[in-house]
Amino acid sequence: MMSDLNTLTIAEARDKLRAGEVTSAELTEACLAAIEGAGALNAFVHDTPEIARAQAAAADARIRAGDAPSMCGIPLGIKDLFCTKGVPSQAASAILAGFKPEYESTVSQQLWDAGAVMLGKLNMDEFAMGSSNETSTYGNAVNPWRRGNDDTPLTPGGSSGGSAAAVAADLCLAATGTDTGGSIRQPAAFTGITGIKPTYGRCSRWGIVAFASSLDQAGPMTKSVRDAAIMLEAMCGHDPKDSTSADIPVPNFEAALTGDIRGKKIGIPKEYRMEGMPAEIEKLWADGTAMLKDAGAEIVDISLPHTKYALPAYYVIAPAEASSNLARYDGVRYGHRAKLAAGDGITEMYEKTRAEGFGHEVQRRVMVGTYVLSAGFYDAYYNRARKVRTLIKKDFEDVFAAGVDAILTPATPSAAFGLGEMKDADPVQMYLNDVFTVTVNLAGLPGIAVPAGLDPQGLPLGLQLIGKPWEEGELLNTAYVLEQAAGFVSKPGKWW
Amino acid sequence: MLDLTYTAPAPKVIAGAKEDWELVIGMEVHAQVSSNAKLFSGASTRFGAEPNSNVAFVDAAMPGMLPVINEFCVEQAVRTGLGLKAQINLFSAFDRKNYFYPDLPQGYQISQLYHPIVGEGEILVDMGPGVGRKVRIERIHLEQDAGKSVHDMDPNMSFVDLNRTGVALMEIVSRPDIRGPEEAAAYIVKLRQILRYLGTCDGNMQNGNLRADVNVSVCRPGDYEKYQETQDFSHLGTRCEIKNMNSMRFIQQAIDYEARRQIAILEDGGTVDQETRLYDPDKGETRSMRSKEEAHDYRYFPCPDLLPLEIEQAWVDDIAASLPELPDAKKARFVGDYGLSEYDASVLTAEVESADYFEKVAAVGEDGKLAANWVINELFGRLKKDDREITESPVSPEQLGGIIKLIKAGDISGKIAKELFEIVYTEGGDPAQIVEARGMKQVTDTGAIEAAVDEVIAANPAQVEKAKQNPKLAGWFVGQVMKATGGKANPKAVNELVAKKLAQ
Repeated sequence: MMSDLNTLTIAEARDKLRAGEVTSAELTEACLAAIEGAGALNAFVHDTPEIARAQAAAADARIRAGDAPSMCGIPLGIKDLFCTKGVPSQAASAILAGFKPEYESTVSQQLWDAGAVMLGKLNMDEFAMGSSNETSTYGNAVNPWRRGNDDTPLTPGGSSGGSAAAVAADLCLAATGTDTGGSIRQPAAFTGITGIKPTYGRCSRWGIVAFASSLDQAGPMTKSVRDAAIMLEAMCGHDPKDSTSADIPVPNFEAALTGDIRGKKIGIPKEYRMEGMPAEIEKLWADGTAMLKDAGAEIVDISLPHTKYALPAYYVIAPAEASSNLARYDGVRYGHRAKLAAGDGITEMYEKTRAEGFGHEVQRRVMVGTYVLSAGFYDAYYNRARKVRTLIKKDFEDVFAAGVDAILTPATPSAAFGLGEMKDADPVQMYLNDVFTVTVNLAGLPGIAVPAGLDPQGLPLGLQLIGKPWEEGELLNTAYVLEQAAGFVSKPGKWW
Repeated sequence: MLDLTYTAPAPKVIAGAKEDWELVIGMEVHAQVSSNAKLFSGASTRFGAEPNSNVAFVDAAMPGMLPVINEFCVEQAVRTGLGLKAQINLFSAFDRKNYFYPDLPQGYQISQLYHPIVGEGEILVDMGPGVGRKVRIERIHLEQDAGKSVHDMDPNMSFVDLNRTGVALMEIVSRPDIRGPEEAAAYIVKLRQILRYLGTCDGNMQNGNLRADVNVSVCRPGDYEKYQETQDFSHLGTRCEIKNMNSMRFIQQAIDYEARRQIAILEDGGTVDQETRLYDPDKGETRSMRSKEEAHDYRYFPCPDLLPLEIEQAWVDDIAASLPELPDAKKARFVGDYGLSEYDASVLTAEVESADYFEKVAAVGEDGKLAANWVINELFGRLKKDDREITESPVSPEQLGGIIKLIKAGDISGKIAKELFEIVYTEGGDPAQIVEARGMKQVTDTGAIEAAVDEVIAANPAQVEKAKQNPKLAGWFVGQVMKATGGKANPKAVNELVAKKLAQ
């Protein structure tokens, strides 16, 4: 038995499973062992070895019977935001302490139906609100990457930080993530892995704890673009239980990876060239542009004029929706309920339960959201943000209508930063992490982060490609070309 | 279609201590949509189930659960809109109304603030034959009902029943066109009648399936007309909203009390505060529930879990084509086709079941007016005595029609018909056969009647003499003949023969 089966990609494992070279049981045991030894990363917060072993056995039987789908037998980690039947699903919040749903999210169910194996639940920012994993009730996950010989613990990014850390550290072959403003792409970039947020409506939101319903999308976090294509296909598809799920066919995304992008037009948006952008980010972007050009793509300068309003608009819309979505956590039916003092009534129950159950960042966003929706402020904030959103969407539509096939930008304004470094910073400093990613959510477009290089301290850096709605196949193919050209093969040195 | 003509009733005038006042009333009626499943879940809407047994995950607002619109509820709202001659909006959308309450698991109610499914319509409120108030409907929107908090089961705890949570409601909002307590009650009666005809709400007020928020204000005579001309609300007084009324009687009492309360304040030189009030039927008064300052900020915004509701005109047309005949049209037809009085037509069309019953009786008995008399006077009276609904009548329309047929043919007299009706009501059976078998058929053989008349005249010479002086006494002879023939002689024939013989 090979000792490093957990380091395989989905595509490699699939081929070995089909060839009978390995079993899902072996893959699963390798991952469970890796998880066992990676407590320091705090990536997995609920392990499910019994479920994993049972699913692996079933997958092996299916593979022996032939005709098993690509995801059959592949061990995965699942972000804690996904409701998994009978397994703690807390959205990394104390307010959902002990909550075990009686139902399975559509996306995870589709993965199990395809034969995938659940290793456990992954750490994240509380209710997916955060960019560093530091808002988690479980304590933050830790980035397996370190700066050179400096052992300062770094953030894996957020909100899908546990997913990113787990995939980068080979604790699982791939993981699910969700992305409301960059929560798949930023942590993917911080940990040197691939993460795609598909077009809004591609993946069902049913059974995923809601943060901001009009922005939330699930997506895969993987070790390669090919893996992203394979796993995305298994995750998406129309779900009548989600009214915002699109009833359009799911193509074979892997088949779209031809490596040929000759004649494709790649737009470089001038508004993404931020003042004070670190030189290594600037260089990475230029390198990526050159790689796509070398592959035969046509590079064009484009303008997305409303970009500068995206972050403020996002931080009005997302908290507004969150303030309403999180109203259900009231201590009445499930999760945490505060101990009440004599004479306390329903108001005290709400106040104490929510004060104890929600962390500071969640409370901040609930308050911001409540404020921007309140009488007298609705038009000035929420309605204006919706108008901005429409304009941002139109910016992209105009560019695509002019013939642009994809847009290349940096994924993040920097490499992974140190845990605790932003502790005393203005919250807006943290929000700036999302500056390149939120426009994609506001416009409902597919976006992918691909590892493309290392910074001078040896930390991974990612580039983002933004595609046309429903054209994930083409987007993945462009990302595939970038991945091949960048030849990113670095792995974090194991210290944990 | 024949249209009946109406004149508007005079508004109710209340004499205050100093001057006269008029009332201005608008209603928001919450009507539970008749549907087996809830507005956004497949859970049952059955009334009276075990607490918390009709609850889907989405109704309990479990994390990650999403609403999916029940198309039938949309169809019912469209049907209601069409029944109220209202604008159907092909584009509508759902919004969230946010507030905290234990029986509101989501922390918000999904409603339609900005784009309701139904726009402007109207209802003709019947205030008596030839008198009707046209009340404009502003809008109808779909929304979720809340659950029920139970505070009286335990001294320290409250309980929540979510069976009702998420049940579809139509909120039917009127313009302030109602001008008195009686009109308000009549508005509810008429709205309920139309909804029941349409089958879109069962109108059961006891179960809370139809309940009203009543907005009441008072103004001086003449002010309302200024409002009507300009639609400028500043001509009207400040309104108070009386919440959650589910009895016609209490609605009238509450409005009356509220109007007098406001008049007293105004005549004292005070001002009415805009607020929400509750009616206490035990004390017969309204009391403040929350002031304008304490009013919730509902933070309405478009529900991001649902796409806008877009429906096709062709679908609306199909629903329109399937609408039943509605009360106003049916009443007009009964007046036109059967020659009924408007009053009788109103009584018969109050419920679609009684209207249908009547039409079958009229068809079998071949006499509309006679059928109407028998249904209204005999059948309704008899059913009421037994506390039965028309649908529980032991006498079928065919049987009652058969009785009328026998009357029309002159086979039985009205008096015998009543006996026959009682036999059919209590024992059942075919009226014609009963008449035959029990020898109840009236004698129309003039020879036999003549013999009976002759006999009575011969036996009472003194009476004959008196009757010749005073023809009014002929009735006595008729009675004697009827007695002698066991009530079976045709009264018309007896009358004629007695008159003829006495004149000889």
